[in-house]
Amino acid sequence: MNPQDVKAKLEAQFPAIEIKIVNQGLAIKPEDLRRVAEFLKESDEFKMNYLSCITAVDYLDSLESVYNLYSVDKRIGPIFLKVRVPRSNPKIPSLFDLYRGAEYQEREAYDMMGIVYEGHPDLRRIFMWEGFEGHPLRKDYIPEDEDVLEWQDVEWLERHGVKVPEEYKEFARQLKESGKEARAERPKAAAE
Amino acid sequence: MSVSASEKTYQAYDPVLHDTETLEVNLGPQHPSTHGVFRMNVKLEGERILSLKPVMGYLHRNHEQIAENMSYLGSMPYTDRLDYFNSMSNNFAYALAVEKLAKIEIPERGEYIRVIMAELTRLVNHVAAIGFLLNDLGAFFTPVLYAFREREKILDVFEETAGSRMMCNYFRFGGVKRDLPEGTLDRIKKIVQEFPPFLDEFEALLTKNEILCMRCQNVGVLPYELALNASITGPMARASGVNYDIRKVDGYSIYKRFKFQIPLGKVGDVYDRYMIRILEMRQSLKILEQAVKEIPAGPVLNPKYVAQAKAPRNFKPPKGEAYGRVEAPKGELGFYLVSDGSAQPWRYHVRAPSFINLTVLEDLCLGHKVADAVIILGSIDIVLGEVDH
Repeated sequence: MNPQDVKAKLEAQFPAIEIKIVNQGLAIKPEDLRRVAEFLKESDEFKMNYLSCITAVDYLDSLESVYNLYSVDKRIGPIFLKVRVPRSNPKIPSLFDLYRGAEYQEREAYDMMGIVYEGHPDLRRIFMWEGFEGHPLRKDYIPEDEDVLEWQDVEWLERHGVKVPEEYKEFARQLKESGKEARAERPKAAAE
Repeated sequence: MSVSASEKTYQAYDPVLHDTETLEVNLGPQHPSTHGVFRMNVKLEGERILSLKPVMGYLHRNHEQIAENMSYLGSMPYTDRLDYFNSMSNNFAYALAVEKLAKIEIPERGEYIRVIMAELTRLVNHVAAIGFLLNDLGAFFTPVLYAFREREKILDVFEETAGSRMMCNYFRFGGVKRDLPEGTLDRIKKIVQEFPPFLDEFEALLTKNEILCMRCQNVGVLPYELALNASITGPMARASGVNYDIRKVDGYSIYKRFKFQIPLGKVGDVYDRYMIRILEMRQSLKILEQAVKEIPAGPVLNPKYVAQAKAPRNFKPPKGEAYGRVEAPKGELGFYLVSDGSAQPWRYHVRAPSFINLTVLEDLCLGHKVADAVIILGSIDIVLGEVDH
């Protein structure tokens, strides 16, 4: 579907709406998402009754949620809706009651990227365990370095009769005293 | 086949009749009926299910982040590990997304080989899925072994073309890794000829089997509206009557050239999901028959990208984004890629069909018995490598 046509039709329906076209997708504001999705789903012209995919992208200065809509009845699509929110307050209204298919995908995006979908009845982590801190797919997330011996590892090894070299022991002691966790460095990718 | 007999087995749940203590049980994560490491948190009253919460993530390895720290071609072998039964269709979807991003063309013979491999994969998946469904029903390993006997013949074809039975890593951006070896096409022709008699035999054993009918009919009914609303795809949606097959809708690759039909179910129960898989295999055989007959000679990989396959870090698609999707055996498999112009994808997202198909698991199981939950899960046909990313 040509995004220009969709944009023109949406602007005719909602006069005050702000829509930008970014790479074949329609960038809209979070407060407009629900009415736009509802219109696309219900109107006879579009009948976008199949929400294929929800995902989130980290653009460093902001987070973006992307929705791929298709129509099963009319066999048209996709329409990509893109909603950008600031990193400090990533809140987007949930599409759960319009599309049941959003249930797990919004939970996934929340788990991995930390976007809060307001109105989702059961917004819990889905892949990571309860009590996990951080959101692993954000670009500033640094995973724990598994290759570094921490103090509890040294203790465990010594308890099992393994001799730990003095330099490793010293490093683990320093790490423990500094109160920091061992973190791996992530390869840096260029910003958009 | 007696429909009335099976209707007797299912009665709508009535809490007044079964007023017993509720019990909370964890099915899994280590249980053969969960097809992997998957847990279902079930609340029971007697044997009937009051609520069911799936718990996943035991196999989570952050597939997406690993792919974001790798070259584009580098994650091709890793897509094999998503749905490890159908590595060829995973490769297909990923290659399609990257080709959309970088606007790469594929030579004719390459397209035909892709379609042949994708349809062989569908046969492998459906025949094994039915086998394991029967396993869940209690027909312990006899149907699975019949299914695996046929699957093995196809895996032999994969081994001689790609070098590996399951982790094929056969697709490249712009075609496939290498041409079919001599004699493989004849072998595929032979499989296409021998498969229908096997399916007839398989169906003679199962389709009208009274136990199968009684256990599967009217169990786990998924209504049309819910299937559509919950983004269910693949054989599961088509069993509920949703006429949506991406091979027809998008006509990606060269699927528009082939004549085949989309089987649709009426009821949307476990039996329909079983039947749809059988019928889809017959349609896949039709596509294979045409593809094997029409396949032209020529290169299998776009000559511009032969060097790229050897130096993957030099492959830098232009800035932009793309969503490529295929009709994988389990449903819509899509890859969403955002490129920032470097050698690594800025964002790489997998739309995994069996993960999203699990959304309705609770709706399907409510009011049924525990033993039915096992076959309902079997009929959804999940692979935990894909569910957990």
